Amino acid sequence: MTDLITAPPGSPSVLARPKPRRRRSHGWRNALIGWSFILPNLIGFVAITLVPVIAMFALSFTSWDGYNPPSWVGLKNFRRLFQDDASMTALRNTVYYAVGYVPLTMLAALGLALLLNRKMRGVAFFRAVAFFPYITSLVAVAIVWNMLFNPQFGPVNQFLGWFGVHGPGWTTSTTWAMPAVIVTSVWRDMGYYMILFLAGLQAIPKELYEAAEVDGTNAWQRFRAVTVPGLRPTTFLVLILLTVQAFKVFDLIFVMTQGGPGEATLVLAQQIYQTGIVDGEYGYASAISVLLFSLVLVLTLVQFWFNGRRERK
Amino acid sequence: MTTTALERRPTPRHVRRVIGRTLLYVLLILAAAAILLPFAWMVSAGLKRNNDVFTIPVQWIPHNVQWRNFVDIWSQIPMTTYLRNTVFLSTVITSLQVLTGSFAAYGFAKVRFRGRDTLFVLYIATIALPWQAYMVPQYIMMVKAGLTGTFLSLILIQAFGAFGVFLMRQYYLTIPDELCEAARLDGLSEYGIWARIILPLSKPALASLALLTFVNTWNDYMGPFIYLTDNDHWTIQLGLQSFIGEFNADYAMMMTGSVLSVIPILVIFLFGQRYFIRGIATSGMKG
Repeated sequence: MTDLITAPPGSPSVLARPKPRRRRSHGWRNALIGWSFILPNLIGFVAITLVPVIAMFALSFTSWDGYNPPSWVGLKNFRRLFQDDASMTALRNTVYYAVGYVPLTMLAALGLALLLNRKMRGVAFFRAVAFFPYITSLVAVAIVWNMLFNPQFGPVNQFLGWFGVHGPGWTTSTTWAMPAVIVTSVWRDMGYYMILFLAGLQAIPKELYEAAEVDGTNAWQRFRAVTVPGLRPTTFLVLILLTVQAFKVFDLIFVMTQGGPGEATLVLAQQIYQTGIVDGEYGYASAISVLLFSLVLVLTLVQFWFNGRRERK
Repeated sequence: MTTTALERRPTPRHVRRVIGRTLLYVLLILAAAAILLPFAWMVSAGLKRNNDVFTIPVQWIPHNVQWRNFVDIWSQIPMTTYLRNTVFLSTVITSLQVLTGSFAAYGFAKVRFRGRDTLFVLYIATIALPWQAYMVPQYIMMVKAGLTGTFLSLILIQAFGAFGVFLMRQYYLTIPDELCEAARLDGLSEYGIWARIILPLSKPALASLALLTFVNTWNDYMGPFIYLTDNDHWTIQLGLQSFIGEFNADYAMMMTGSVLSVIPILVIFLFGQRYFIRGIATSGMKG
């Protein structure tokens, strides 16, 4: 309706036109203007993101080395995927990483948010400290933690030594490389999710806490009765984001361990990189990509479904 | 001081509160120290001779401070080139992302036309697409276009995200439509409204988007690793790795370089902290 006053008032040529035609021409005009705003970003986006995504699906059914024309091979790449030891190891490792990373990051982030969700001196400083690792350059993070985890001289094992624990070889050990990588990831990402939890905590109405206090509840009871239900939407969002993040994990592990030792920390994304960009097996790499894509898509759909259900309530 | 003052009038509630506060601070300081420990190691090792980096026990304060590491690094690796490349890429990508993102966001937030909201939902859904899943076809595309090894490939890949559109649109929705209506009555075109009314009003959101994009590009590793094969094109992130040789590694210099790569981010963060936090809090609400 507001479109009707787009033209300058009193301009006779516009006023002289019959009403319906004017509205239609405004619809067209608006569509044109709207699209002209969106197109610069949209064109880049379609060419750089959407086309490759569609190509990924098509290529996953082909065998292609990049030079000769691609040949259709049906589901062969997918059959190979489930028989290929390296790819299955990568899938298992990715799940292992997720099982460690998701709950630990969630607990750390929630703990920090609960501690820092109050008005007190220095709270901004502590929040900044918790968040800073997230924006520190990844290569620096990976190199530093590799040194901290040094089996002989690293501070981590020296610290464990104080308690009489003989620390493991961390990134040089096939058993302990994954835990080392998980610890580093949790340290790096917890501040980001802390901010999401803080936003969630601040959205809980203060009156609920006051009412609970009047009822004579203690802090733990208030946490159970007010904070936990109030945070449920945030918790669910963080859970999904973290799981997606875990399935996509690549650069930190790649810089820290290159997937090693052996294949101990090889994850799906690195397997895609290895088969696709290094080995040039574009068809097979696309099939692994489709697997990763589907895992992430399912999680995202669960989130949409959940949000939709919440809004209907 | 405060404890003696409290001992004189020991209201249990007050005492409990002070003890609680003190415990909280102790806990927070311990947590902060643990979180900052890797940074302490970085700075300390960056100021040591390579032989002093790994010692038992750890020298947290170097016995023999090597300030000259911070001078030598510039001649040991082409740090100036790396820095210039990183600044160039981050600036160009951030500008393009902010420009096209805020422009498109205006179309989604303030211009009404058929199919707008459907298009927006499709747009947003793609934020969830994992780059790792389509990096191979994207790479093939760049190879076919002859763009691998150039800055242009990285700029194209990173400048047109849907995230910027989303972030800016959320902010534009909080700007009352009446402002645009008034400007239309005054005869301003839609482009004029965007440039003269909406942009100046959305500085906080622009700052959030610009800072998040800049830092992301600055820290990006995989993009440059895949596309920038030539040493002259390397960014700081790639350059840092060049200290890891085949048989030996110069750990002290690696840490010196790490400190140098983190300092710009620290400065940006100290000045723009609230914009980061606001940007992330908004992106968390996208679900």
